[in-house]
Amino acid sequence: MGRPRKGLMARKEQRAAYLFLSPWLFGLAALWLIPIIASIWLSLTEYNIITPPEFIGLENYREMLFEDRTFWVSIRVTLKFMVLSVPLYLVFGLLLSLLLNLKIRGINLFRTIMFLPSVLSGVAVAVLWVALLNPDVGAVNSVLRGLGIDDPPRWLDSPTWAVPSVVLVGLWGIGGGAIIYLSGLQNISAQLYEAALLDGAGPWQRFRYVTLPMISPTLLFVLITGLIDAFQVFDLAYVLSRGGTQGIGDSLQFYLINLWNEAFQNGRYGYASALSWVLVLAAAAVILVIFRTSGRWVYYEYDPERER
Amino acid sequence: MKTVEAPERVQAPPEIAPQPSVLRYRARRVSHKVLMYALLLGVCGFILLPVGWMFTAALKPDLEPIFTPTPEWFPSEFWAWENFRRVLTDVMPFLRYMINTTIIVVANIIGVLISCSLVGFAFARLRFRGSKVLFYILIVTMLIPWQALMVPQFLMFVKLGWYGTYLPLIVPSFTGTAFFIFLIRQYMRTIPKDLDDAARVDGLNAWQIFWRIILPLSTPVLTVCAVFTFLWNWNNLLGPLIYLDSDEKFTVAIGLANMVTLADTPWNLAMAANLVSILPCVIVYFFIQKKLIGGIASVGLKG
Repeated sequence: MGRPRKGLMARKEQRAAYLFLSPWLFGLAALWLIPIIASIWLSLTEYNIITPPEFIGLENYREMLFEDRTFWVSIRVTLKFMVLSVPLYLVFGLLLSLLLNLKIRGINLFRTIMFLPSVLSGVAVAVLWVALLNPDVGAVNSVLRGLGIDDPPRWLDSPTWAVPSVVLVGLWGIGGGAIIYLSGLQNISAQLYEAALLDGAGPWQRFRYVTLPMISPTLLFVLITGLIDAFQVFDLAYVLSRGGTQGIGDSLQFYLINLWNEAFQNGRYGYASALSWVLVLAAAAVILVIFRTSGRWVYYEYDPERER
Repeated sequence: MKTVEAPERVQAPPEIAPQPSVLRYRARRVSHKVLMYALLLGVCGFILLPVGWMFTAALKPDLEPIFTPTPEWFPSEFWAWENFRRVLTDVMPFLRYMINTTIIVVANIIGVLISCSLVGFAFARLRFRGSKVLFYILIVTMLIPWQALMVPQFLMFVKLGWYGTYLPLIVPSFTGTAFFIFLIRQYMRTIPKDLDDAARVDGLNAWQIFWRIILPLSTPVLTVCAVFTFLWNWNNLLGPLIYLDSDEKFTVAIGLANMVTLADTPWNLAMAANLVSILPCVIVYFFIQKKLIGGIASVGLKG
């Protein structure tokens, strides 16, 4: 930032700034700082909200890592979702935004339709898809049978297909991600494409050497949020796992579902705090790794440091 | 194709004469266009057909099979409009759920608009010690999932005696939401700095600059924040699930989730409830989509 200005005006401005910031600073202390510190302490205790917390050292973490099968199931489910969803959403979101960036008649109508699912709630979307994905009578399998697939997947009733089902339902709302790409695409100056055309670049080369580098910051943003989102899957899994007509066991035991279960169903607040901490560390690790490596493949048109 | 081609060739100057390649180029352009439309229509089908099915299912009377051997994508012969009345007031209390959710939504919009515009203004236009550090903290709180803190926050709100009330779902919005602060800050930075300087010369203080100059110019981004706040809170499941304990207070999201977890879900009513509950979102979306999409685009991700 600029050089510190001395004098009455500067001091007045500083005082005003902190007054403007005060609601947020209060929230930062009350809703972030205190809970974070409290949860470090709680994660070392056994606490059921009725009797006072009892200090047990690292026992919660030991149980989590070496005894709790459900914890590892939740990690596996979450990673499976991450591996399937992140590349798929990245590629399809980009392809869709390229389609929506075409300058052809009626494109606004297409855009309106494709962004529609992203304003609907996860619960509403899940309720709809529980019905559509019903393995025996649902519309999806009716269509698949009509196409000659005699033995379509049992979707939410199948341990193998449960997570891919969630990925599929997410794909239906891909338009939300495409908005972000679209804004990135529209920020690319037309001159770059003209220059590339003059140099004789074909469509693929224009995409590879102009579009891709220019939207790489957007890709980075979507990548980070996509990885963190996998830890936050809740609404879809909550509705989809209870809507299955048969017991599907642990196949939709996402990380957050497990955390919610331990805290609010089992009343193990100490243990759930330990689970929360693993979530914070996982998110922090993802953010760090990506920021560390992004210099290699993200192209910034302006130096962000210079802007301030 | 060929009829269009003929006059073109006559007009073409002699040096660009290679007709076969021009022909091929035009043919490729037309087939390219057809392919693009086919793709767009395909994706639209993927999005709209499930919505159409939801509509037909919602209009079925109780005794009619919802799941027909071939799915009915468009309104069928049945038009049981009373299904909507039944989920709103008779069989399910969705009208009450909607009123409850509206209370939470409106309170959150007020909270977000007040707090985030104040904080965003400070970050965008005022100089103060520690602004860089605080801004980094803001970014970090934006990236860390709030769910990681829901357990200690829950315990705190229980200790305050707020469990079973709307307070835990409303009060935090008055302390600002990192994402909206970020959006507003980015937007306010684009307003020319000369305006502030001129105002300072005229003797306006920070509050007057905020209230009289910057805030009126920021209505587009404030609209975006209000709409997002509406959508997020209308659709929020986890928060109400944790803090609300009685059917009297339930929100739309909980009501919907509960319908599916019923042992024998009446699917026609579930779909009717679904339609009723998404209607406000769809209406807001259609009224505001240009601004919404433009609003996200204007923010950009740099800096």
